[in-house]
Amino acid sequence: MVGIAGERAVCDRRGVLYFPELRLLAVSDLHLEKGSSLARRGALIPPYDTGATLLRLQAVIADYQPAIVISLGDSFHDGGGAERMHQSFRERLEALMAGRDWFWVAGNHDPDAPADLPGETVRELAIGSLLFRHEPSAVRVEGEIAGHLHPCARIVQRGRSVRRRCFAADGGRMIMPAFGAYTGSLNVLDRAYAGLFRRETLMAYMLGAERIFAISHAMLRPG
Amino acid sequence: MTEQPRLADRNAAVLLPEPFVKWFGEKGWSPRAHQIELLARAQAGQSVLLIAPTGAGKTLAGFMPSLTELASRPRRKPGQAHRGIHTLYISPLKALAVDIERNLGKPVEEIGLPVTIETRTGDTPAHKRQRQKLVPPDILLTTPEQLALLIAAPDARRFFEDLRYVIFDELHSLVTSKRGHLLALGLARLRGYVPGLQTIGLSATVAEPDELRRWLVGQNPPKNSESPAMAGLITVAGGAKPDISILDSQERVPWSGHSARYAIPEIYEAIKKHRTTLLFVNTRSQAELLFQELWRANEDALPIALHHGSLDVGQRRRVEKAMGENALRAIVATSTLDLGIDWGDVDLVVHVGAPKGASRLAQRIGRANHRMDEPSKAILIPANRFEVLECRAALDANYLGAQDTPPLIKGALDVLSQHVLGVACGAPFDADLLFEEVRGAAPYAALERETFDRVVDFVATGGYALKNYERYARIRRTVDGLWRVSHPRVAQQYRLNVGTIVEMPELNVRYVRQGRGMAGRGGPVLGKIEEYFAETLRPGDNFLFAGKVLRFEGIRENECVVSNGAGANIIVPSYAGGKFPLSTYLADQVRGMLADSSRWQALPEQVADWLRLQKEKSVLPKRGDLLVETFPRGNRHYMVAYPFEGRLAHQTLGMLLTRRLERAGARPLGFVATDYSLAVWALDDMAALFKAKKPSLGALFDEDMLGDDLEAWLNDSWMLKRTFRTCAVIAGLIEKRFPGQEKSGRQVTVSADLIYDVLRSHEPDHILLQATRTDASAGLLDVSRLAEMLSRVRGRIVHKHLEQISPLAIPVMLEIGKEPVNGGANETLLMEAADLVEEAMGRG
Repeated sequence: MVGIAGERAVCDRRGVLYFPELRLLAVSDLHLEKGSSLARRGALIPPYDTGATLLRLQAVIADYQPAIVISLGDSFHDGGGAERMHQSFRERLEALMAGRDWFWVAGNHDPDAPADLPGETVRELAIGSLLFRHEPSAVRVEGEIAGHLHPCARIVQRGRSVRRRCFAADGGRMIMPAFGAYTGSLNVLDRAYAGLFRRETLMAYMLGAERIFAISHAMLRPG
Repeated sequence: MTEQPRLADRNAAVLLPEPFVKWFGEKGWSPRAHQIELLARAQAGQSVLLIAPTGAGKTLAGFMPSLTELASRPRRKPGQAHRGIHTLYISPLKALAVDIERNLGKPVEEIGLPVTIETRTGDTPAHKRQRQKLVPPDILLTTPEQLALLIAAPDARRFFEDLRYVIFDELHSLVTSKRGHLLALGLARLRGYVPGLQTIGLSATVAEPDELRRWLVGQNPPKNSESPAMAGLITVAGGAKPDISILDSQERVPWSGHSARYAIPEIYEAIKKHRTTLLFVNTRSQAELLFQELWRANEDALPIALHHGSLDVGQRRRVEKAMGENALRAIVATSTLDLGIDWGDVDLVVHVGAPKGASRLAQRIGRANHRMDEPSKAILIPANRFEVLECRAALDANYLGAQDTPPLIKGALDVLSQHVLGVACGAPFDADLLFEEVRGAAPYAALERETFDRVVDFVATGGYALKNYERYARIRRTVDGLWRVSHPRVAQQYRLNVGTIVEMPELNVRYVRQGRGMAGRGGPVLGKIEEYFAETLRPGDNFLFAGKVLRFEGIRENECVVSNGAGANIIVPSYAGGKFPLSTYLADQVRGMLADSSRWQALPEQVADWLRLQKEKSVLPKRGDLLVETFPRGNRHYMVAYPFEGRLAHQTLGMLLTRRLERAGARPLGFVATDYSLAVWALDDMAALFKAKKPSLGALFDEDMLGDDLEAWLNDSWMLKRTFRTCAVIAGLIEKRFPGQEKSGRQVTVSADLIYDVLRSHEPDHILLQATRTDASAGLLDVSRLAEMLSRVRGRIVHKHLEQISPLAIPVMLEIGKEPVNGGANETLLMEAADLVEEAMGRG
């Protein structure tokens, strides 16, 4: 459990955030159809990423049965992604969306509403003291939950280095890890994060195989 | 079957055109028998493999057929079209091609031949390459990668249509890798252009010359023919017997370790007594350490230099130049200096650490006194006691002339994918014809049509069961039945990614002035270091690189920033490459020596003593047996096995044994492997388990561990991911990295890992995963070696239970704790880090 601007949430080791009181599930940077997006430019990487990502999403939705799902932007790797999606994947996605409020937050990769899919497309979304948007704002906003940067963290322990995706949070705001199967990650100490967090309270919630590991700022290593 | 040259049968004057005879005469030389023999065979239309020791005039022999033919060729009349390449010379090293240009240019000029010779390597400027296409030289000296590029060019057929000879230098070192596969496919393509093409292979002595002889000629049609086609063979007997000794140190030879620090004063004395000493080591980290230690001992400030593959190119060239000018007294080097480049006047080779293979030893020793008739002088410095045995065995083997070059492996499918795309970039192809052509290449002679079709499918659309990428195909079959590239961009991408050498992500080591920290700029680049090593450093750590102690400042983009360092706790970077397994042949020799106490007389007294003690306290296994010792120590139980199959095979064995012991309830805690033996430790008494046959020792070491256990372990192994990345880059699935590109190595690594995970769970039979498993089994895991061993020792395992550790077990036991923790321990490390936080926060 972590607190963000007074709301309590579960950082799930699978990379999603769940607010029990609100029955709200947030997931970020799905980057669906990244494989076919790269294939268009000649890199024929396996076309199974959309399937893999949806399968994992299906599992967390089945566990939490949320009333509200927020996909925090870059849900598709490019504007044409929803259109290119294989019919079977589209059906699976629609089945997941059925019976819930589903919000597509616009991202830099997918600024427009995904073609022919239900759900509401928004620039940002305020719920209680929380503000959901894709890119973290440069000016500090308490209660902001964003994605976009694909945070990961690295520790060195006994001469060995471990790097994992993570939630980055300082009690006031949070940046979520990327969920998509082909998404890379950027160290939370990179200069892209400069000024976003209060250093002294920054924690990285690193994703483990069985659980989340809460690591304080002082233990983190760049690179 | 060796055919000795018979000079008497041939009349040199008939074969050699007049100007050559005159030239030999002026020099006061006469052509060597094998040179004439090779010329005669080539003129009779044969392809030939020439096996000769260094200094035998191999190069000139190889070029003789081309030069004599070119000498008698009518001159091109003005206005006549330019002729294509006459002879293609391919060498594994750029530097070797450059060297040959110089060495061959001299006789050509002196004889007055109208022959043009040029090199074409990655360093050749664009305008020169362009000009070479328009006005090709008679003889082109190049590398395998450049050949692949030439074939993928649209004018390839015209460029090569006049080709007569292809000469492969250092063939033995070219053929054992994926690079050799790509080259074999390139040669098959050349044969497609010019069916009458002749090849000449130049090689050092090898165990199986027939493999190379097949490699040199087309293998089709293989149907029903009992003996596959082979090139002719000419063998020149070895030169003077080398004078090799093992350092009989006055110091105590250590139990374990690889530094040979104990022998530094004696090595230094040897350097002082000789003109130029070449010091070979097996790994780059050993090179760094040895260099450092020698300079510490270097009271006379002798010029001693360092040379290894991670150093900056400029620095390496300076060392090579100084060597050529005989300005150095000693050079510490790794395998980058292995091949037959002739530099300077080396009169002593010192080999620090065991040579790991008799062939490698012979090759390295050949570097001293690069003249055939004088004996080379070499000293072996074993770094620990097992290495004493190994050096002794290698030495005996060298006298026996035994050779143990690694066996050739079946053609890799990732390389074939690259070639198929390359062919399409050159010209549209017919799949049936290309299949036949590819089967003409020896490594692919047994390729099945179904596999070939899957490769073509992979090149076209990725070859996935989910047919999602038809519209993005890189090559397409058009109405005329030919496959062609779908977009010019495909050919551009291909050219950038050609080749089979995939480097692990590396960082430049950038030097800044001390005290400037990360703000420092503009210092020189000292070389490259593997990224994963840099990641384990903390600012302020000192490490050894390029012969200097450096202080780690931090990582900035793709650079590892360092300043002058000092102090005690110096770390030596380890490199993933450069670890050779003990050759099968040598391993057998070592086992033989252990079993036969009459041979111990040849060993230093302290080592012979150690073996006698082992015999007294435990047992020494017979040559074909596997000794397994068990003993308690502290509150743990140990099992030590002595297969002598090399570290890679032992590591795989350790992994598999631990899994099995886990299932048997022995609660194993870990294992450690050396080149010679393997130790496993557990909470429970393994000897008791074996006694109760739960399981028996025979069952524990049963070959069936290579089935499901191996499969299960493989799937989670980081080694497989690493191998997959290499295959994916070679096959053109992901792109190579280039300096200046913003994409960092890590991002490529991550995405290769992610691709691997996704592909493995959705299409485990994909051709690229198949290629990956094949590679990993042969390479990093050395499964074939392990399989041979397990089958050999079936029913021949000797179990000895002891009350305490045996003398033979000391070296491997000393390794415990030096090795990093293995396997699923990543989570443990995270837990520790998280716990530290809780502790500090007082919430524990």
